Amino acid sequence: MIRFDYARPTDLAEALREGAGEEVAYLAGGTNLVDLLKENVARPTRVVDIARLPLTGIEDTAQGGLRLGALATNTETAYDQRVQARYPLLSSALLAGATAQLRNAATNGGNINQRTRCYYFYDVATPCNKREPGQGCAAIGGVSRIHAILGTSHQCIATHPSDMAVALAALKAEVRVTGPGGDRVIAFADYHRLPGDEPWRDTTLEPGELVTAIDLPPESFPTNFTYLKLRERLSYAFALVSVAVAMRLEGERIAEVRIALGGVAHKPWRRPEAEDLLRGQEPGREAFGAAADALLEGARGQGGNDFKVPMARKAILRALEQATAGTPQSQTDKRIA
Amino acid sequence: MSQAALSLSNDPGLALASRPIGTVPVRLTINGEAQALDLEPWVTLLDLLREGLHLTGTKKGCDHGQCGSCTVLIDGTRMNACLKLAVTLDGCEITTIEGLGQPGNLHPLQAAFIEHDAFQCGYCTPGQICSAEGLIREGHAHTREEIREQMSGNLCRCGAYTNIADAILEVMGQEGWE
Ligand SMILES: Cc1cc2nc3c(=O)[nH]c(=O)nc-3n(C[C@H](O)[C@H](O)[C@H](O)COP(=O)(O)OP(=O)(O)OC[C@H]3O[C@@H](n4cnc5c(N)ncnc54)[C@H](O)[C@@H]3O)c2cc1C
Ligand code: SF4
Ligand code: FES
Ligand code: FES
Repeated sequence: MIRFDYARPTDLAEALREGAGEEVAYLAGGTNLVDLLKENVARPTRVVDIARLPLTGIEDTAQGGLRLGALATNTETAYDQRVQARYPLLSSALLAGATAQLRNAATNGGNINQRTRCYYFYDVATPCNKREPGQGCAAIGGVSRIHAILGTSHQCIATHPSDMAVALAALKAEVRVTGPGGDRVIAFADYHRLPGDEPWRDTTLEPGELVTAIDLPPESFPTNFTYLKLRERLSYAFALVSVAVAMRLEGERIAEVRIALGGVAHKPWRRPEAEDLLRGQEPGREAFGAAADALLEGARGQGGNDFKVPMARKAILRALEQATAGTPQSQTDKRIA
Repeated sequence: MSQAALSLSNDPGLALASRPIGTVPVRLTINGEAQALDLEPWVTLLDLLREGLHLTGTKKGCDHGQCGSCTVLIDGTRMNACLKLAVTLDGCEITTIEGLGQPGNLHPLQAAFIEHDAFQCGYCTPGQICSAEGLIREGHAHTREEIREQMSGNLCRCGAYTNIADAILEVMGQEGWE
């Protein structure tokens, strides 16, 4: 592992002072950053341990939503009674990710800021534009089983690995940020980026900025939802394709619906125009198919991941059926009903 | 304890000469014993336990959070010791397999693992037992299926999974969980 300085601030102002500079990394639960330090992928000169900052709470907001502290753990969040009762989609997505040990250490801020699991990003012996701008991308034309089918660029075809982020996209969460330039609030759809010409930037966070909390809006979709995750084995594996659906039915019709995909792009994949096709409609195979086609329009495999295109379409249909029926995917019994 | 023993790194060759070298004072309670240590920031809890303190019950399988053999209890909660920098744990209580039970004074899970033949080579076993202790304390698993899912962070290449679940179920039964 590389050598670095270490700071352990106890308040936000001190953390931002310590976090100023080019080669600084904030450390939360460590389950991703420590790994990247060992692999020589992350090479900070200073590590700022933010785990002692007072950002661990989960609190009701004045608007009727819920504020998740950046340093609340994934376990604390998944089992929080308000999250379970009001935002079961988020709880389900969290419990679909990683393992109990990892979730016990992982924080909410760390989860949405985790880096891609692209094999070449991790392997410093291969070229990777995300790790070293301008080097090229070994995944294009290489082994691409886990890579993106939507929103790729000529520079990078990586996916974002978080399950939590897919649920947060469907819930239209907001990310609260503080930094040298003050505080700001970022809509979840604008938080993660597509790779474009700057694949080294995963998010719209500026250098030195820190996530302090994630706000969930009042509309919580407690009845008609699902998180359907498809992967190589039944547990302890990242998604090949995942689908989060948040739906509200009024009578026979869909009053509101959000669909977000994981495992297919550099960010949780949503297209409001696909959701518009379902709003006001009666749920059914035909309407679901049209929405799936709109959501996946332009999807293209890289060879090794061609299977993801039909797999995503089928998963979207199944997830919409699960949400409509109010029978969300169990994260214990992995049989898909 | 010698300073050299704590100068641990996966690959010393990667050290850049220009990088600052400094240690950080860290207080830890390990298996009930208070320790005042000076640690380099890049030392993981796993390397500290095994190489620095010679508590080799905790195993290194993958060193990347992918196998669970390094599972210990940090302030009573199970985590992967390979992904924790030891300096981040100042003030914490660490329990390893050595702290859970000893020969002649076995923890109920250790006894149940023996009784149910819940291991073959035994490499994953300390992690399995620490993880199972964490699982029981968490209280979210009640059925065999839930145990299997919530123990998925502990791989066993000998494939003792069925017997591991049996052992955990038995201890949960003893403690009135069922
Ligand atoms: C074997 C394995 C399997 C896994 N499987 C899954 C899975 O199936 N699904 C899934 O979703 N995840 C999975 N994970 C990833 C895991 O969820 C993440 O590693 C974890 O959520 C990261 O949180 P952390 O607090 O440990 O982050 P850290 O490792 O501390 O930090 C991660 C990154 O976020 C930055 N960061 C942390 N906090 C903040 C903040 N407040 N503001 C700004 N930047 C911040 C850090 O600088 C760093 O770049 C897996 C991990 C492993 C090791
Ligand atoms: S897909 Fe992106 S992360 Fe993977 S090698 Fe190419 S540039 Fe690097
Ligand atoms: S050694 Fe820590 S999880 Fe494998
Ligand atoms: S007993 Fe051999 S790995 Fe589990």
